[in-house]
Amino acid sequence: MTDTAHSNGRTAPPHLAPVEGATARPPRSFQIVPLRGLPVVAVVLAGLVATIASNQLWAIDFFHVVGGGMWTALDLFLGFVIGPILGRLSISARTEFTTRFMPKMVLIMPTLVVCTLAAGWQLARHLGDLDASYSHHGWIVASFIVVAVMAVIALGILEPANIAVLFELKKPEPNGEIIGRLMRRFIFTAAITGAMQVATLVIMTRIATA
Amino acid sequence: MSDANSTTPILGPAQRRGDGSAPSTLERRLPPIAELVVASVALMLSGGVYLAAHLPHQPPLAPAVGLLAGGGALTLAAMMLLSRVRPFAWGTFFLVARWALLAYVVIAGILGFVFVYDHTRGTTLAVLILTLVVFAVDVPTIMAFTVARYHQTGSTSGS
Repeated sequence: MTDTAHSNGRTAPPHLAPVEGATARPPRSFQIVPLRGLPVVAVVLAGLVATIASNQLWAIDFFHVVGGGMWTALDLFLGFVIGPILGRLSISARTEFTTRFMPKMVLIMPTLVVCTLAAGWQLARHLGDLDASYSHHGWIVASFIVVAVMAVIALGILEPANIAVLFELKKPEPNGEIIGRLMRRFIFTAAITGAMQVATLVIMTRIATA
Repeated sequence: MSDANSTTPILGPAQRRGDGSAPSTLERRLPPIAELVVASVALMLSGGVYLAAHLPHQPPLAPAVGLLAGGGALTLAAMMLLSRVRPFAWGTFFLVARWALLAYVVIAGILGFVFVYDHTRGTTLAVLILTLVVFAVDVPTIMAFTVARYHQTGSTSGS
């Protein structure tokens, strides 16, 4: 999602001009939070809590590896593959993709993140990696820092922009400049997020083979 | 999801103001509320990393308490500044804030459960829980503010 901007801001590009003679239309019909996905999220989170409570090593490892793998893959794929492709699509195609895709991400990403972090913490505790005497404890702390940087970007910058873009797109006359300004956040943070995800891969493979 | 109307016009600022309508919400200057709350999130996460790096041993709590106090102060300052913003799309703000708060209370609750389950106790647990509380207030505030600042007063479109 690095490049779905509708405009770059200050002046209105020709492709953002209103359709000749068009008047305000009814808002687009899509759900900002897809309600049908909520039961799935609830089941996954209930499974996570049950896994931690039962302390089964395989299940904890499963939640951490699957959640973390999907989180990293999604971030890199969206930032460096889908994003640039979207940037070359027509405005209408970008808008349609965004209204269908971004609501799903509202549910998927927080679920993946909380599964990865909670299960990862429990896994590290199980294996003794949290203990300061662990020979690779420095890598564990490094992973905390990487996650913290990604969390600030995701929760403080990207997720609010995601929600705000969806609210804007529901208006009868979405403001291209607002959408453009919000979507620029994805472009500016893509490199940082990508670097942090690559760092995560390095750290996790180092720990796994230690 | 069934009606992504691709012909709906997406307007630029020139088109919006060309007919003498109200100035764009983009041009409105607001206090640095989002910046303050993002800084608070950064302090909360720093405190969390500091404590997590020392567990299961009890680290010196002064740095974590300092980060917590700093983050809490930034959040309070942001709330005070926000309460003085007039006019503001409060309907939209609270619509987003209450659902986001519900989501992040669940997330913070799961993280808190992990700490409690792992026998973290005493002052360390209290600092961690308070850190999660501030965190669970911060994120919905940023989301709701970011959405509401681009809405005209009284507008609550969305679901």
